[in-house]
Amino acid sequence: MPEPTIFELSSPGRQGAYFPEPDVPRTEIPEEILRDNLPLPEIAEVDVVRHFTRLSQLNHGVDTGFYPLGSCTMKYNPKVNEQTARLGGFAKIHPLQPVETVQGAVGLMYELQEWLKEISGFSGVSLQPAAGAHGELTGVLIMRAYHKSRGDHKRIKMLIPDSAHGTNPASSAMSGLKIVEIPSDARGNIDMDALCAECDDTLAGIMITNPNTLGLFEEKFMEVCDCVHEAGGLVYGDGANLNAIMGISRPADCGVDVLHFNLHKTFSTPHGGGGPGSGPVGVTAELAPFLPGPIATVIDEGGEEEPPLYGLVNPENSIGRVKAFHGHFSIMVRAFTYMMMLGGEGLKAVSEHAVLNANYLQARLRDTYKIPHDRICMHEFVAEGHWEDVPDVHALDISKRLMDFGFHPPTNYFPLIVPEALMIEPTETESKETLDAFADTLIQIAEEARTNPEMLQTAPHNTPFGRLDEVKAARELVLCCWFPEEEED
Amino acid sequence: MFLPHTDADREAMLHTIGVEKIEDLFKGLPEKRLFPEVNLPPGVTEIEALEELQHISDANETTGELISFLGAGAYNHYTPAVVDSILLRGEFYTAYTPYQPEISQGTLQAIFEYQSMIVALTGMDASNASHYDGATAVAEAVNMAYHNFRGKRQKIILSPGLHPHYRETVHTYIVDSDIQIEGEDTPLEAGPEALIPLIDEDTALVVVQYPDFFGRVHDFSQFVAAAHDAKALVAVHVNPLTLGLLKPPGDFGADIVTGEGQTLGIPLAFGGPYLGIFATRDKYVRKMAGRIVGETKDTRGQRGYVLTLSTREQHIRRERATSNICTNQGLLATAAAIYMSLLGKNGLRQLAELNYHKAHYAAEQIASLKGFELAYTEPFFNEFTVRCPKPVSELNADLIHFDILGGYDLGESHPGLADHMLIAVTEMISREEIDHFVEALKEVTNA
Repeated sequence: MPEPTIFELSSPGRQGAYFPEPDVPRTEIPEEILRDNLPLPEIAEVDVVRHFTRLSQLNHGVDTGFYPLGSCTMKYNPKVNEQTARLGGFAKIHPLQPVETVQGAVGLMYELQEWLKEISGFSGVSLQPAAGAHGELTGVLIMRAYHKSRGDHKRIKMLIPDSAHGTNPASSAMSGLKIVEIPSDARGNIDMDALCAECDDTLAGIMITNPNTLGLFEEKFMEVCDCVHEAGGLVYGDGANLNAIMGISRPADCGVDVLHFNLHKTFSTPHGGGGPGSGPVGVTAELAPFLPGPIATVIDEGGEEEPPLYGLVNPENSIGRVKAFHGHFSIMVRAFTYMMMLGGEGLKAVSEHAVLNANYLQARLRDTYKIPHDRICMHEFVAEGHWEDVPDVHALDISKRLMDFGFHPPTNYFPLIVPEALMIEPTETESKETLDAFADTLIQIAEEARTNPEMLQTAPHNTPFGRLDEVKAARELVLCCWFPEEEED
Repeated sequence: MFLPHTDADREAMLHTIGVEKIEDLFKGLPEKRLFPEVNLPPGVTEIEALEELQHISDANETTGELISFLGAGAYNHYTPAVVDSILLRGEFYTAYTPYQPEISQGTLQAIFEYQSMIVALTGMDASNASHYDGATAVAEAVNMAYHNFRGKRQKIILSPGLHPHYRETVHTYIVDSDIQIEGEDTPLEAGPEALIPLIDEDTALVVVQYPDFFGRVHDFSQFVAAAHDAKALVAVHVNPLTLGLLKPPGDFGADIVTGEGQTLGIPLAFGGPYLGIFATRDKYVRKMAGRIVGETKDTRGQRGYVLTLSTREQHIRRERATSNICTNQGLLATAAAIYMSLLGKNGLRQLAELNYHKAHYAAEQIASLKGFELAYTEPFFNEFTVRCPKPVSELNADLIHFDILGGYDLGESHPGLADHMLIAVTEMISREEIDHFVEALKEVTNA
């Protein structure tokens, strides 16, 4: 049953929140600056609560069920994170307060920077970027600034593997770079010959996701980095898949020069129905002077009695701000809480079990679904959602049918290099029972594809909504609610 | 921690995979420094983590304890209890971008309603689902305008009244393009008319702020007409709360409205996450960046919502996308939708008036002090600039002893204005607190 829109629930004269009468004398407001009408809805508090509660019930979240959305790391979001982020000392501080009054907050940022360095092996971290793609743009701008600082102006070429997230080429293009796509080889690795052929003196660098979007660790990762470095290029690491390698392999040790972290993937901060995320950037010592500020730092070490004094500084050759203020601070608090609880050993266990879970699911599905690059995977893997004997059933149908059993579908039709891709990332927080139930369901769906394909093609059946008409939405654009007629005031 | 695996589970799973131990899963990785030691403090349980975080939190002095007159792009407002109570529903906050609309109608409809209320507030035709914050929304407006003219117009004019962080962000974003930026050094006192001589047929966009960084509410009618005569676009950056009272930018001809939505029920949280508002006219909808939710029908004939016009976006269009944005501020747009629904037509007006009256009372009291005067004569909303008899840095250092966070020291962003304080007064400040502030100012300047 669709929920009425908030405008349809409106009745003139209702209100859901009230404010006191002014305790100061009123000042006349000049007529010419005033608006004529304000067509916002009018609703009582209880009905606002019911409306948004009912809406929430139409959503699938990690809290309601398994969410194996590849490349998104939909792990459990610990409840305590929500509690710590809302502590008064974090939620009620203004970003422009004197730094002496926010030593706890700046100190937390400093520690978080240090911990991210420790996990990745980098020398510098800026917490400013707001999300993964924002971190990418920041990283690419840093690479550009580095080359330019050396008078090396002809480096305008960015190599991007064909398995990359769409944000990689988009971020490079925003920085004015020319994108050259590098194909993958039969084992799902970057094609070395194609790569080396492009490594010349116009090379700015490469954007590489490792493990890649097939869930595979690049078998010649060090060679790729060496080849790019020898040509004078830099290696950008897309940290979207960091959940596979914490305490196992450090990007900086392998030759990565810049990397963004996704605090909302790897470090358990919630995805919020599409953000907010947080996309800190880590860099080598050589690139650290270019980081966007402000960066939390120790101004004075303090002593036995005195705590250290923290401050916020701008690196000397900073590319400049990428947003207002200091980044998504309350997301940092959540990630910090998570890392504090896990510690170094715990984070390593996270990655080990993320990889264990993915390999287990892959093993359970291997006989039913084609795994085009079938080897030990990392934290995710890609299967084909299509069989030759039932050509009219597609990955989309399998995805929609999964919803009938209470599962969120995997990422589908990505990466682009696998036809009918189903990209499955279980994460470490799922139990064997959940994985088994999911595998059993996928196996049952494969059987249904043969016995009752229509069941898949018309799915979902048990959800509050059937398939939505996306073509109609794009053709007959309706982008906002119908406003009720303005009544005379 | 947070791992459900028992030893028996692990053993059975490894057996199914066909390896002996977990380490075997990492055999293909570069051996050099495999399994590095991660030198983090040892893990702790929830009870210990909470204690430690409480301790860190307590090391901050908050706007709850101090009387804060700080604004400058982030404001201390009251958030009704309903907002956070709904945001804490796991169905909202533990979901991701609604790629699968059949099981994401909650997020989709909430964002659709957010878009609708932003349209109502700004007087524009369409809104996207959000940008990271006000600064990046402005940067995306610059991008959009540049591409609207296919790169043939290369001049972007930024008003000196635009928030300094936003201007800096724009400079960072456009560094590798052929965009030229002008206007930032026009005289502050002159208002938007000072930008008119800069507008020509090479101008893609002019960006102004309303009220501007210094709190001033300008009449933009002459300025917008001049920009449109040159066929340039106009972006007006807003604090959405002020639109509870002020004329919407749609009424005076804006082509794009950007905004910082923090004032719609989002906590200060030391600067983020906030909410980047972006709305525009129908004819530019396909050039707008970011997610957009549209209405449609499902196979059962029910009204429903989907992400639409996705061919503009990076996951389809890759390097030819309108922007690289992917994750945005979904939960904060939801917060703003709940906030605007609660206050509604009358509540938002009431709140805006309350801010207006308190700020004007404070301004009048402060201006009556010896050595203090209002720096500008234009109308203002809840923030205003005061010229002080001493450097603001000195005043603020003294005010903290009165438990007062003084206004923003404009000398930090504008070296010539070291004696100018930008003062914000919201519904969180009582008359007694204003009087206490005025008394304190008197005392610290008499010394």
